[in-house]
Amino acid sequence: MKIMNRALLAAAALGGALPAHAQEAMSLDEKVNSVFAQFTGPFVSLIFAPLPGTSFPWIVLWLVVAASVFTIYFSFVQLRYFGHSISLVKGDYSDPNDAGEVSHFQALATALSGTVGLGNIAGVAVAVGIGGPGATFWMILAGLLGMASKFTECTLGVKYRNEYPDGTVSGGPMYYISKGFKERGLPGGGALAILFSVFCILGALGGGNMFQANQAHAQIAGIVGDYPGWITGLVFAAVVFAVIVGGIKSIANVTEKVVPFMGILYVGAALIILIVNYDKIGWAFGQIFAGAFTGLGVAGGFVGALIQGFKRAAFSNEAGVGSAAIAHSAVRTKEPITEGFVSLLEPLIDTVVICTMTALVITISGQLIFDAETGQYVLNEAGNAIATEGGVGGVALTSAAFGASISWFPYLLAIAVVLFAFSTMISWSYYGLKAWTYLFGEGKTAELIFKIIFCVFIVIGAAASLGPVIDFSDAAIFAMAVVNITALYFLMSIVREELRSYSARLASGEIRKFAH
Amino acid sequence: MTTKLVIGTDGEGSGDRALSFATDLAKRIGDCELLVAYVIEWSPYSFQTAEENAQRHKRREEEISTAMERVVSPAVAALKEAGLAASGVVRHGDVANTLNNICETEGGHQIIVCRSSEGGITKRIFGSSTANLVMSATVPVTVIG
Repeated sequence: MKIMNRALLAAAALGGALPAHAQEAMSLDEKVNSVFAQFTGPFVSLIFAPLPGTSFPWIVLWLVVAASVFTIYFSFVQLRYFGHSISLVKGDYSDPNDAGEVSHFQALATALSGTVGLGNIAGVAVAVGIGGPGATFWMILAGLLGMASKFTECTLGVKYRNEYPDGTVSGGPMYYISKGFKERGLPGGGALAILFSVFCILGALGGGNMFQANQAHAQIAGIVGDYPGWITGLVFAAVVFAVIVGGIKSIANVTEKVVPFMGILYVGAALIILIVNYDKIGWAFGQIFAGAFTGLGVAGGFVGALIQGFKRAAFSNEAGVGSAAIAHSAVRTKEPITEGFVSLLEPLIDTVVICTMTALVITISGQLIFDAETGQYVLNEAGNAIATEGGVGGVALTSAAFGASISWFPYLLAIAVVLFAFSTMISWSYYGLKAWTYLFGEGKTAELIFKIIFCVFIVIGAAASLGPVIDFSDAAIFAMAVVNITALYFLMSIVREELRSYSARLASGEIRKFAH
Repeated sequence: MTTKLVIGTDGEGSGDRALSFATDLAKRIGDCELLVAYVIEWSPYSFQTAEENAQRHKRREEEISTAMERVVSPAVAALKEAGLAASGVVRHGDVANTLNNICETEGGHQIIVCRSSEGGITKRIFGSSTANLVMSATVPVTVIG
């Protein structure tokens, strides 16, 4: 929130120097923001309502309980089948005659390109900025537990996908909810699938679109100087339009190749910073563990750290949300559960590895103001977040943390943020489209209408201030999780049967590695 | 015993030279079967968008049918016209590994390929498919210039 507030203040200070049309443009941004906040407020309040008598949002408990239930129900599948998951991704169990089909690796990489992005850069900074380093502990725990949620939903995603006569596929929670409920003779599957689709469209427009556009604009404005958000929004919308409507695959292809490279570069830079500051790593982990249970002075104490950690982890790895089930359903496999095994690596890579690295870099960078005498973090003037060097938050905090060790890194990070945002938008445009076509039927006109709406929301997201956008993004994504997890509870026994059958055949040698 | 020759073709002019060499060799051997193989370069570790993934099966079928129609079937027909026993196969994968795998699976005795048409940075970094095949093949390889 601070990023945009600062941006607005800076713009106000520069107001005298700006031409009249620019000033009008700023008021347009504010108008967009005000209308947007007005429309989304009640929805956001409902999703984040605290449990009676506490400040703990019920939705966070919902996600954690679900991930814990799946972990126990499948007897810690994320630990028992971790090695097998790696073998599947390596292609050890892939039939060479199926070469040319979507591989496990490709399905995982595609799903990761939709999740690894701003959640890992800006989201972690928001979590650590508000909840302190202790939020990292809860983020890691949520990531580890979330692996079981991902396993459950992606297995069902492949099992109940639609395969059309022309060879294309459509899958995701809306399909497994409607088909799975019908198969088990449960009522309400159709209604739940429709509800999920509605929330998925909102999630695609919120977290998968506006949040990305918003943070990309903040990052660009931080480097080139402040300017109206709608300009960034229009440029992004034009490029996304060219890809998803115009079918200009070359842009998407370039992005799909550059984004993994950027991801590796990001992790590499974080590793270098950690190696250079190896003497502080022990201290940073100390802060993470101490902060997890005491809060170390952050707003809301350790509960504040816990809420932030769980919230940001869920927003980053999307475990239980159902989006990954859409992405993973395209894989070609005779065993749906194999995709479940592969998908459980997603929260591990996204949250346990990448988010933790971001959090460690921010912690050891000294950007969070820490009072060594009291052993507590110092709060900002508003008292709602930790005070930082330069008063930055969100993606600007991550940028400053990396910049403290590698001076030119903020420029590279700006490029990475823009590319991550773009890649996530392309992924979510597909998730939203699948929900849209589930509701309105497959057809060129229906698809075009959604794609145009998606592009309009890019402009709105870039123009609105971070507060309402981040709240709506979270709310829409978590609303998907409400429906998806409800359905998963009813359908998880199907996954357990699949797991039993598969593990028995794996043990007997019926399922074995192919010699490559 | 029937000798089986696997001909790796890329559908270019040099592939025709490999075919004519194989035809000549097969006639000299006598009891010989020819297998025309076309490998579509593909990696399971490439990156694709969700939409591309959803359409991948359809695209794969189209790629196989196009390659079969334009490259493999005409080559097989020409070999049969020359009085030889011939069949064709199209596969996706790394060209060198896949050709060798086809040869092993089909019980081939020799692989005949033309010189690679790859160039530039790819060839310098990864080596050409032909060079990789020569280095890794488990059967004799004849390279036609």
